[in-house]
Amino acid sequence: MKTRDTVIEVKDLVKKFGHFVANDHLTFHVYKGEILGFLGANGAGKTTAIKILIGLSKPTSGKVKVAGIDVNKNPEKVKRRIGYMSQRFSLYDDMTVKENFRFYGGVYGLSRKQIRERMRFYLKKLEMESYEDMLLRNIPLGWKQKLAFSVANIHSPDIIFLDEPTGGVDPITRRQFWEMIYEVSDSGTTVFVTTHYMDEAEYCERVCIMSEGKIEAMDTPEALKEEYNAKNMNEVFIKIARNVE
Amino acid sequence: MRTILYILQKEFIQIFRDKTILPVIFIMPIFQLLVLAYTATFEIKNIRFIVVDHDHSSESGKLSDKFSGSAFFTRIGQTDSYNQAIQAIKKNEADQILVIEPDFEKNLMKENHAQVQVVTNAINGSAASLMNAYAISIINNFNKEILIKKFPLHFKEMPIKLNSSFWYNPELNYITYMVPGILVLLVTIIGMFLSAMNVVKEKELGTIEQLNVTPIRKFEFIAGKLIPFWVIAMIDLLFGLLIARLWFGIIVVGNPFLLLFVAGVYLVLVLGLGLFVSTLTNTMQQSMFISWFFMVVFILMSGLFTPIESMPVWAQKLNMINPLAYFIKINRMIMLKGSGFIDIQRDFLILSLYAAGMVIFSTLRYRKTA
Repeated sequence: MKTRDTVIEVKDLVKKFGHFVANDHLTFHVYKGEILGFLGANGAGKTTAIKILIGLSKPTSGKVKVAGIDVNKNPEKVKRRIGYMSQRFSLYDDMTVKENFRFYGGVYGLSRKQIRERMRFYLKKLEMESYEDMLLRNIPLGWKQKLAFSVANIHSPDIIFLDEPTGGVDPITRRQFWEMIYEVSDSGTTVFVTTHYMDEAEYCERVCIMSEGKIEAMDTPEALKEEYNAKNMNEVFIKIARNVE
Repeated sequence: MRTILYILQKEFIQIFRDKTILPVIFIMPIFQLLVLAYTATFEIKNIRFIVVDHDHSSESGKLSDKFSGSAFFTRIGQTDSYNQAIQAIKKNEADQILVIEPDFEKNLMKENHAQVQVVTNAINGSAASLMNAYAISIINNFNKEILIKKFPLHFKEMPIKLNSSFWYNPELNYITYMVPGILVLLVTIIGMFLSAMNVVKEKELGTIEQLNVTPIRKFEFIAGKLIPFWVIAMIDLLFGLLIARLWFGIIVVGNPFLLLFVAGVYLVLVLGLGLFVSTLTNTMQQSMFISWFFMVVFILMSGLFTPIESMPVWAQKLNMINPLAYFIKINRMIMLKGSGFIDIQRDFLILSLYAAGMVIFSTLRYRKTA
């Protein structure tokens, strides 16, 4: 464990919107291949942080390195190495499954053959082979989320960022979704995931709990439960929230 | 470059799958061209006039017959009551009244001068001045005939004879004049709105965020958004030219390829403008309003409906940034006058620089941040 490489390094990250401090001196790192859960109430600053990590937003101050690259200086270079799936559904509703795969694969510079192979691979895994030519708008939300996850993975990124990927999804699909997360993690991809669901926090290797723009705790779920003398992550979360108030 | 092809493929798929927008793109402009070409006219035909003849003489009859005989006037009544005629104007049943005084003939013969009164409904000022001009010219003709008849020795013929000939549009056909302009207008509206809405639509749906985390480069993005609408607008223009030819019988006097070439550059400008609006706004509603604002100002000042030469000087200066004004002018020069490249080169150069500037501007404005 001690010799693990880090793929994300954040130091003193501050993001202000006017007087409002969305991210208050965040410092943390993420190991290669790890599943890091980013937890926090609404407005805790999770999405703000993730947007800075993927180069969609500029930090007010601080250093952010993703895949060894300074995001602030070279956001476009970082973008080749990462995948991202937002809380808003982001595939094209008026295009078919195949067309979405082809578009994103093409944009990431994959060859036609690679795109076809990757698409077949994911559709087979999702048991959605017969949906290839179906418009996304005709596919149920949970399935769409799994497709979006696959598309975000099409270029085999080093790190995949998932911003509340399971919002509004039924428990069975959520379960399947986490199986997919484990699979990409096993293949060496680092997973950075934000969530509201505390049961999902248990699936993460380490969790980082944010509150009011600050990191309140960051450790493995087991260590946190012990530290806060809690039965589960839900209790940990509530205790931390109370401490802050 | 391969990235651009993938973006193009995606855009075309989305355009052709949208069953609401597709007819708007291809059928509306044709429909509008057909309708607007006939309706956007300042020609006044069938002026409804009433004669109030207090004289009932043969001369007064002759004068009112002159009006009835004109292609512009339709006599809708004859009355002795001025009030009744005024009522007709008030009810908008008549446009003009010709009042002939009692003893009109007598005065004309004995005193050598007589009076008539013309009353015109001037709710529409420009129409009224036209109607007035028509009436005066008929009365002048009538005058002339009397002079020649009464003083055959002095007035065999009027000393100065006017022979007008109208170049480039000899029959003063309004449609010939309007169609090229309307064509430009339609292509502009299609191009500007499609491009202004497109990027904003991705913002509203949230798909832009996903695009912004990909390594797509800014110029690839702008090119991928610009080219599809350019192609569509060019197809619309070709359609329009075909209709102008087959339906209205308007032949492009100049080189049609020169026209298409200039149109191509012009459309880059219009689409660049649309994309620029798109980068400034966050919702389709905002984008719609801003585009509309520019469009209305551009259209009304473009010289399509009113001649630029009669606008105040500041307005003429303002037209230096009106892309429509340039292209309507160039388009009319090529289509009606047969101008060559040399004649339009100054305006064309300005259009080209403007287009390049707009595309660069919107590329710079486009931020890959959300």
